[in-house]
This record gives sequence, C-alpha cells and structure tokens, in this order.
Amino acid sequence: MSITLTIDGTEITVPEGTSVWDAAKQMGHDVPVLCHDEKLEPVGVCRMCVVEVEGARTLVASCVRECEEGMVVRTGSEVVERNRKTLTELLLADQPEESAREATTGDDQLFALARQYGIETPRFPAGNGRPVDDSSPVIAVDHQACILCDRCVRACDDIQSNLVIGRTGKGYSARIGFDLDNPMGASTCVECGECAAACPTGALINKPITVAIEPKPLKEIESVCPYCGVGCALTYKVDEEANKVVYAEGREDTANEARLCVKGRYGFDYATHKHRLTKPLIRKDAHYPKQALTGAMQRKDDGTRTNGVYPDYEKALGAFREATWDEALELVASKLSAIRDEHGGDALAGFGSAKCSNEEAYLFQKMIRAVFKTNNVDHCTRLCHASSVAALLETIGSGAVTTVYNDIRNADVALVTGSNATANHPVAATFFKEAARNGTKLIIVNPHRPELADHGEYVRLRPGGDVAFYNAIMNVILEEGLEDRAYIEQYTENFDALKETVARYTPEIAAPMCGIEPDKIREIAITIGKANAFLVFWGMGISQHLHGTDNARSLISLCLMTGNVGRPGTGLHPLRGQNNVQGASDAGLIPMVFPDYAPVEDPEVRAKYEAAWNVGLDPNPGMTVVEIAHAAEEGSLKGMYIMGENPFLSDPNVQRARDAFMNLDFLVVQDIFLTETAEVADVVLPATSYFEKTGTFTNTDRRVQLGQTALTPPGEARLDWEILCDVMTRMGYPQSYERIEDVFIEFSDLTESYKGLRYEHLLGRGKLWPCPDPENSEGEVVLFGDGFPTPTGRGKFSPAEVLPPEEMPDADFPFILNTGRTLQHWHTGSMTRRAKALDAINPEAFCEVHPEDLAALGVEDGGMVRLSTRRNSIRVKARASTKTSKGSVFIPFHYREASANLLTSDALDPFGKIPAFKFSALKVEPA
Amino acid sequence: MAKKRYPETKILSKNFDKENSWTFDVARENGAYTMFEKALKEMTPDQVIEEVKTSRLRGRGGAGFPTGVKWSFVPKDVDKPKYLALNADESEPGTFKDRWLMELDPHMVLEGCLICAYATGLSTIYIYVRGEYPLSQERLWGAIREAEEKGFLGENIQGSGFSCNAYVHTGAGAYICGEETGLLESLEGKRGHPRIKPPFPAVEGAFGCPTVINNVETLAHVPWIIEHGGEAFAKQGIAPDPDNPRSNGSTGTKLFGVSGDIKTPGCWEFEFGITVKELLYDYAGGPLDGREIKAVIPGGLSMPVLTADELDVPMGFDDLVKVGSGLGTACAIVMDDTCCMVEASENIAHFFADESCGQCTPCREGCHWMEKIFKKFNANQGTRSDLDLLEGLFVNIEGRTICALADAAVWPLRSIIRKFRHEFVAKMTPEEQAAEKEAQAEKARETAGVS
Repeated sequence: MSITLTIDGTEITVPEGTSVWDAAKQMGHDVPVLCHDEKLEPVGVCRMCVVEVEGARTLVASCVRECEEGMVVRTGSEVVERNRKTLTELLLADQPEESAREATTGDDQLFALARQYGIETPRFPAGNGRPVDDSSPVIAVDHQACILCDRCVRACDDIQSNLVIGRTGKGYSARIGFDLDNPMGASTCVECGECAAACPTGALINKPITVAIEPKPLKEIESVCPYCGVGCALTYKVDEEANKVVYAEGREDTANEARLCVKGRYGFDYATHKHRLTKPLIRKDAHYPKQALTGAMQRKDDGTRTNGVYPDYEKALGAFREATWDEALELVASKLSAIRDEHGGDALAGFGSAKCSNEEAYLFQKMIRAVFKTNNVDHCTRLCHASSVAALLETIGSGAVTTVYNDIRNADVALVTGSNATANHPVAATFFKEAARNGTKLIIVNPHRPELADHGEYVRLRPGGDVAFYNAIMNVILEEGLEDRAYIEQYTENFDALKETVARYTPEIAAPMCGIEPDKIREIAITIGKANAFLVFWGMGISQHLHGTDNARSLISLCLMTGNVGRPGTGLHPLRGQNNVQGASDAGLIPMVFPDYAPVEDPEVRAKYEAAWNVGLDPNPGMTVVEIAHAAEEGSLKGMYIMGENPFLSDPNVQRARDAFMNLDFLVVQDIFLTETAEVADVVLPATSYFEKTGTFTNTDRRVQLGQTALTPPGEARLDWEILCDVMTRMGYPQSYERIEDVFIEFSDLTESYKGLRYEHLLGRGKLWPCPDPENSEGEVVLFGDGFPTPTGRGKFSPAEVLPPEEMPDADFPFILNTGRTLQHWHTGSMTRRAKALDAINPEAFCEVHPEDLAALGVEDGGMVRLSTRRNSIRVKARASTKTSKGSVFIPFHYREASANLLTSDALDPFGKIPAFKFSALKVEPA
Repeated sequence: MAKKRYPETKILSKNFDKENSWTFDVARENGAYTMFEKALKEMTPDQVIEEVKTSRLRGRGGAGFPTGVKWSFVPKDVDKPKYLALNADESEPGTFKDRWLMELDPHMVLEGCLICAYATGLSTIYIYVRGEYPLSQERLWGAIREAEEKGFLGENIQGSGFSCNAYVHTGAGAYICGEETGLLESLEGKRGHPRIKPPFPAVEGAFGCPTVINNVETLAHVPWIIEHGGEAFAKQGIAPDPDNPRSNGSTGTKLFGVSGDIKTPGCWEFEFGITVKELLYDYAGGPLDGREIKAVIPGGLSMPVLTADELDVPMGFDDLVKVGSGLGTACAIVMDDTCCMVEASENIAHFFADESCGQCTPCREGCHWMEKIFKKFNANQGTRSDLDLLEGLFVNIEGRTICALADAAVWPLRSIIRKFRHEFVAKMTPEEQAAEKEAQAEKARETAGVS
C-alpha cells in the first residue's frame, strides 16, 4: 500500500512503512541527524531530525515516525531550526575544544552542524569531565566527545552481534560502557572497529596504525581483505607520498555489508614492516651445510623465547648476501634445470600459496607442469579442506560450497561444526549470530567450545566422534521417517548402502563414541529432520582428521537425506580458510588436477592443456604436501620452489619436515619476509605483498573479486607473476604477458566455471562462479537445485564407518591435543605478528587447559607447561579455560617460539591426504 | 462562623483504620473479592469494561486517561499472551497515596487487578513496586500468597475457568521506571528507557504483547464501581463540563496528599471538588506557626506551581489545567515564605537531571544545563540573559523528547521563573540587578505612555 503526504509543501507518495526522514530524503531534503544511520534501526534519541507535523502536539522525530496518509510535514520551519540549533549548542558545550574526528578523518558530524548553525562558543558552561579511555590498542575512546547517540551500541550489538557496548549511568552522567563498564581494552571487545566506523564524533576513533591519520585527501583503493576466506570487500585509504595504507573501511553494497574484523581493519601494516625483503638473497658459502638460523627454528628448541617476535631476524639475514635479480634468477633457473635434466621432473616440486591470486596460482602450476615437467604442485589447501573437497567431488561432483554464507538468513536450522567461526571467519560469524537473533536455530558441534556457542545450542563432541555422531543423527532421522523420500528418489544414489550403515548406529551405540547423550542426539536429529531449510557450515574440526573425508561424507549424506541442497537456506558450506584457497584450487594448484579440477590422468584433458600450453605434460598425479616432504627426506626429491608458503611452521610433525627440506639440493623461496622456511633456502626472491599488486581472489562463497594495487613495492621487490615468467623463460619456456589481466583471461578461457569473467566484472560485489552472464548477473548463489555434476547427475551417498584415530591416549600420553587458530593471528604469523595492532592484542604463545587439569598438574593459570607428543615437545604458557574439555588441550599454531606442529602427527587421511592436526595423544607437565 | 469542612468519603480508605487490614481474613470480612466473584459469575468482560467506561474513571497516576477506554484498546483475539503491568512505582516526589493502599489494603488492589484481568482477558499480573517500598512488596506478596491459597489466584479460579497469576516485580530506584514504557523495559530486564510510541502498550507492551498499564489507585476503585455501578461513581465528584464534549470531569473519590511546609502532612480521601485551600487549611492544618504559604505544586513535582493567591481552585483534572497547572498525583507539595524559589528550582532541576534516563539529547543535556544555570543564580552570579537562555531552553525541551520527563521538568521551573522572577533578580550580579531595574522602569514608562 502506498501513502501520500505533503512535505514542505510538495506531495509525495511512498510505500507504507516509510519513515518521514526517508520520504524527505527521497525528495532531496537532508534532514540533519546524529543518531540515525540508514544501516541501523532508528532509535530517535538525538532529536536532531525532529520535524513539524500539522496537528501534532509535539515535534516529531522523523527517523522513527512512519508516514501517514495526509500528513503535512515541515522539515525546516523556524521552530524546528531553532530546536536543532539549541541541541547543537547543548551538545557542543561539552565537546573537547578540538574534535579528534575532525583532526583525523575530518568528518565530525556535530562540528559540521555547528558550522551550519554558526555556533562558535556555546552559551552553556563547558565541560562534563568525562574521562578518556586509552586502553584499546586500536580505538581511542573519549567519553567527553560522546553524544550518546547509540550508534556504537547498535553497531556492536546489531551489526556485529558482539554485545560489548551498552549504556551506563543515567541522566547527565549516562555514558557508553564496555561490558560491566570496564575500560575498552579490558572488556570482551574484539576490536572489529565497527563502533569507530559508526561514531559521528570524536568519541570513538581509530588510532593510527602506520602514519598519522589526518584530514587530507587520500587515495581510495577498492580491494579485498588479504586474510580469510570470507573475502571482505574494503577500501584502503592510502597516503601515496608515504606509500602507506592509512586506514581501511568496509565497502557498502557488498557481501560483507561493510563489516570487517580486527585483521581486516587494523592488520594491513605488515606490508610496510621493516623486515620486508627488498633485494634477492643468495646463501653465503659459509652457511653450508644448512642450518636453521633463528633460535626458534633450531632443533630441540624448548620455547624459551620471550615476547616480541623476531629477535634474531637481522642475524638470520646475515647468512645471505644481496644479489642482482639477474644473478639470482640465473642461479634459480640453472639449478632447477639441472635437477630436472639429470633426475627428471619428479625430482622437483613446488608449493604455491592460497595467499596468492588466481593469476599467480595459475602461472605457478603452469610453471611446475609445463617447465618443471611434473605434477608435484600443491599448496595449503592440502592442510585445510583437502578431505572436504575429496568428499564433495566424490559425492556431488563439485568441490565448492553449494551456497553462500549469507544464505543462513534463509535457514531455519544451521549446523556449525568443527568451526570456530568468530575467530576464523569473523565477519561470516556476524551473519550467523544475526540469523540466530532473527530466529535461525544454530546447532554448534565442537569439542572445543567456540564463542558462537553463546548464540545457539552447543553440544560438546568427544574429539574424533564426528562420524559416530552424524551416523546416529541420520539413524534417528530414518527411524522417525523424517528423511525426504522424494528428494532421495529423484536426486541421489546409493541410499541403501547408507541406510545399512547408519542402521547400526543407534543413539545408544553412538553415545559412548561421541560423548553425547542419546536423548540429545535424538532431539538434534529431530530438529534437523523437521527443518524446512537446513544448512551446514564446517571448518577444519571436520577436515583435519585421519577420517576427515569420512566426516565430510557424513555431513553431505545428512543434507542429501533431508533434501537440504539446492534451495535457499540449505546446502553445504565448508568455510574455506585462506582468502584465495578456493581460487588457488580452482586454478589447479593441486597435484592431481589442472584448473577446474580436470584430472591430469585424463588424456582428453591433458591434450587440451598440451595444446593450450604447447608442451608435453606429465600424465601421473603428483605428490601432495606431506608426501613431498617425505620424498625430500628420502632423497628422491632434490629441488623445490616455494612461493608464499611457510611449511616450517605449517606442516605437521614439523621437525621432520624441516629436516627433510634441509636435505634438498636446492630450495628457492619467493616471499615478502625471510620466513622460517626461507631461512634454509639457497635463494630468496623478494616478492610483492598483497597490497602491491592487482589480481583476483575467490572467497569461500565462490565469489571472484578484484584486489587492486594500493602501494608501490619496496626496494627491488618484484611482482610475483613477473618473477615466475622470468624463471620460466630462463628455463627455456618463454613467457610474457603485457598485463596481469592477460593471465586471468588465459586462465578463465581454459576454466569452465570462470568462463567469460573479466576484471571489469569483478569490482563492487564481484561475481559468484559460475556466472555465464556477467553483464547482468551476480552469478549462481545456490547451486544444484536440479541434480549434480556427477556422471549420473545424482548425488551419491558415501557411508562412513567409525575408525579409530592413529594414536589413542595412553598412560604416557593421556591428553588429546587439538590445534587451531586465534582471531588476531593468521597461520604462521609471518603477516600478523608483524602487524602492530594484532601483535599488541595477542603477543604471545599459549595453550588452553581445563582448570581442573591444570590444578591437578599444580600449575597456576598463566604458568608454563611442557607439552609433549611421541614426536616432540614444547614449552608454552597455559591458560585455564573451560572452552576445552577435561583431558584435552587446545593450542593455536601461529607461534614460532612454541610451534604446535612440532607436536602434531603427519599421518594422513587416505583420501584427502590431509594430516590429523586435530588429534594427537599428548603429555602435559609443569615446566 | 467557621464554614463547614469539606467531608471525607472513605471508599478506598475504608479499611485503613482496621487492625490487620492487609490480611485476607480482615479484607474478606469487609467484602474483598466479592466484586471479583460478581464480575466472574454475573458479567461478561465487555460488561465490566462498559461499567468502567460509564464511571468515567480516569487514571490516578497523573495523566488522567479514561481507564475504560484504555482497556477497550486491548485486542481481543490475539494469539499472544496479554499482561497487566500495575504501575506501583510511586516515585513522584511528595507522593505516597499508592503506598497507603498497598500497605493497608493490598487485597483491594489485587481485586481491582483481577477484575481488570478478567475484563481484558489476560492471565498474568505484574505488580511493579518501587524498590524503596519494602513493606508494600511484602504486603503484596503476602496478599498474593493468601489469594492463591484461597483460590482467588491461580488456575480455574472459583471453578469459573478463568485463570490468573500475579507477581511482584521490584524496581531498583529509578524514577523513569514509573514512566509506563520505561517500566515495561525494566520489567523485561532492560534499562528503563522509555519507548517510542506508537506502538502503544495496549497493542505491543511487555515482551511485545498487549499490556494494560494502570496505576494502583486507579484499579483499587474498580471493585466499588462493580458493586455500585458506573453511574453511581460518575455521580461523585466533579461532573464533565457540559460545554466541552471531550471533558470527562473528575468523577469518584480520590486520595489527596499534602507534604512540605505544612503543619500536619497526610493523606485523605474525598470526592473530587475540594479546593487546594480547603485541603491545606482544613485538613493539613495550614502553614507552620508564624509562616505563610508561598507556593504550592498541587500534585507531585511535575506540575506548574500555584502562588498563595491561586489556591481557591478545586483539585480536579480540568479545573487545575484551567488555572495553568495540573492535578498530577494530587499530592501537593507546599513551600512557605522561608523557601527560596531559586534554591527550590535548583533542587527541582537537579532531580530531573539526575533521573533523566539519558536517551534524548534535550532532556539529558537540557536538564543538566538548567541545573547549572540555577546554581549560578544561587552563587549570586545570575544574569538577565541567563533567564532568557532558560526560556529558550524550555521551548526546545518541552515536547521534544520520547517521554514526558523533560516536560515535567520544564513545567514547574518555567512557572516558578515567571511567577517569582523577582527572587531570581535578587540573585543576579549587582550590575545585572541595576540593568533589570532600569528595564522594568523603562517598561513601566512605556506602559504609562501608551495608556
């Protein structure tokens, strides 16, 4: 229904429910506001937007008042203007003389109103004596400048669902407060910065990260966050003269709706850290035989390093001499060519990185395949979701998500399992929490209690109990007749085999295996079975197991059985880790497949790439990450090219991997820092950071977005794609592209799912692949509404049995070790530990131990413990935490001084070849 | 010859003097719950509402909204629970009438609630009692327990099929929680921030469900109305103004209180019609010896003051409005000639500045700045422009906020400044006093010149 009213003498017709403010805005009247922001629910408290409504007893706040038929509104009458002026004067009276917002970003809305109303010195005596709160590393709080507009409260509660900011006090002494009125830095604030982005005054402003934030014109670069797979669209504000990113803002009209997390908003300064490599480096003769150079990397290191990250970085650099590009590239090309020519291509291998762009991933695998003559190319996807992809390809014929993270808005029930989303996919988690608030039932299954558990129903799974639990869930669904028979009939196959398997997993049988009571299993199964739209998100708690593929198969079976694929609010969503792990996999950075998951063994596929690349190709699948390390150990692998990966911290059983890589005849590392891996390289090539290049990145949603150059590279650092082309050329396979987009065009022309995409399509919201009509469409949001890309067109049930983990706890190693990540740090920390704010918030290694276990060990909260597995041991600070269950220990793997992967096992899932990072038998001792 | 005293009429207060009046047995002996039983057994809910409408009973919390009309706003066929929130957060300064009812006759209060519950089809009663009334809370809880035991609360009351439960909810000392939507927020466990209306509580109140909010005294009247009929109630007190079709008059009886600079503060029940003067002199004993009454706020703190010359006015809803004030809670605060009106102003401003919830800018900032300006006068530093500034502030505070707390601050203060300007002038700087004198003389000359 529409409503006609008169605003300032002109009639306007608007839909029912439109606010007077919005209606006035449509007519081009900008009614001033302080508390209102179109992204937020209006609260009508600043009273700046009041208007005169004929017949009303009082002035009406236009942001909250809905238009009514026949209403006569005056938005700028004398009485209204006088009111606004008085309000401005009242508010201004208490402001600090200089606005911190004016002094930084120059957009203080109160000061702008004061200028508009010509108020210089308010007639009211000044000073509310409220304090400054400098406790947050990233946000400066000045309560004196706060006008209680409530925007930060709504930003924190309604947008990010963090529920940290509220109001405290009443009347004139009312203030915003953090938690129970703690200083911001001592509260549960997660430093997402949404409040500072929402604040209209100098009360909440960003502290400088690189250079001072000043009200001067900055270059605006539309780009994408370089951290996790959520791939938040953002804008970098760049000081070109200083060559620094000054600050970052989320972009509106994008999938992330301008939301960012602490890493995205405040973690950009690593790019200009003083440790950046600026010249090619060649290892000095005196430093052979190779040794690890920094203390943290040396053998039997027991984690005695102090806070602050890289104390012996300069010393490590001293083992290298600077070289010209020509010398370094020639050395790389000649050494690798010699190995290839003498030992064959399979004596070489390469690790690309999911941190690099699609273009770089494509070129890297092209180099390994076409020039090194081997399929030994892999990257960190092997360590995160290889098992998920294996299960998805096997069952539904596609390794990507079937729907986007935001589709949770349409789900009645969502399962989030093996995922610590608030830390690892923080912005996606804000949408999960929002959906929970709006009625989506969240079921959180995890041995380690994630923060998301506060927003839904949490069940603590026994570590490794996944298959038993989901089989029992399916058992109950079948028992209760809640399966979707029509869907099973029309779209699936092999149902009988599944039925036979899950029939043996009654809740009573599964309960002791998964640690969840039979009644709870039944209740959850019925909730899932009865849901109209059910969606599954999973993380590495599912994939990083010896039976990771089975875990993923179980989740897929659950969705197929209940007909929950292919409709809005349903589907399968493995939350991808790295910003470009989806894209790097799409681009063929995988030993068994070319781009688009085309098998290397398939002669037709191979013929296509041989023709495209004009070269003969290896018909045998290559080795995966851990297999490559084992081949190096055994000696059959002689040379490696590592671009942007840091296996010296990220590989399982990492001491074995380190020893293996040190055994190589020749190792070249292309990176932006002298990483732990680069320490043992023969040649180190200084590459460009994310901020210094343009390229495409595909997020967890299959959304292809364009990251654009924001900074110029330091010193002689070069673009990665140019380095790769030079190496290929010098190895006898001339490669040159005029511009990076030409690489993308070559890639997308060969890759069905990217076909037709060009850079011009990838700005703004980007495109979801497949996107056959990029001019007019955003791409496919929900896939497989009508069958699957399998040979039969049907989704295949792949039943899974419960298998034991490789090593069970015993008398010597009675605990279970679980590894994971934290909100502030990224993987091996090479970026985030060099980001000032992130390092300040999360400066040191720790593990989480149940308080009762800690007490039994006689260790205080914060005391040191020694963690040992059958492989190695480390010393690390212990935090008492009930997030972990009794008998389990959780440790993040970011920290070089207490590397969790010294402890983990390199036994592999047989299908995904992923190591069991989530399960090791562990001994804990006071240290 | 002394004129005849305005007579007391004890309806609400009929049991106040009885021993153990708050117990079920004493209350029952005096007829408690018989009108609830009558309503249950002999009347339809609509008939009850009609009777209350006929009585012209107006809300006793201060706003005077017709109670029967309010009840009729509650939707009948909704798929949601409905609630009664009894506003027993009697925090208005100088006001203590509800306390007497809750302490001395809680069963009468409860019976009124139950009749309301039956009439509006709700089954949960929350009694929101201010935190500073421990005895009221105790007596109400006691009455609830007794009524439950005797089968007047709970499931299937008296075999009628009607079920209803009651709970006492304790406030924590915030004045704003007496504002009806602030009360609802507090009841829901949130900060007492008044809500933007519409939606009104009768449609979307506590927990998003239809909610009746009535004052204690209002509902205590209901059993009598059921017993004697709305007509009988409407005949008491002051009839509606026949010239004004929208007038509801001031029908029935009312508890009137007096406190402040007065010989015998107290609370009495009369039919509407007694004048302020009769109340103060005939019942409250007049001013303390050797003093003179200077100003009276007729009901609580939130109404414009009357000067000593303006007291010959009936304590009625419309009658006080006609002389530029209002009935408010009908508990008068008296200030005598020892009271400095500038200091009183600072005190009043401080109260509202302190009790503002802090949501709306005009109230949060405005009340505070008013207090600061009064402080300046009390330090003998006032200026004429400060008074202009105050007048300007009043205009830009009144009617500019979500609730009426800021209006309630403006009304007494503006009337004090207008009626007692000379006291403010006396607290100006000498230069300003001289300027004021000159301006007054100029004004007088102009007036003389014109005439």
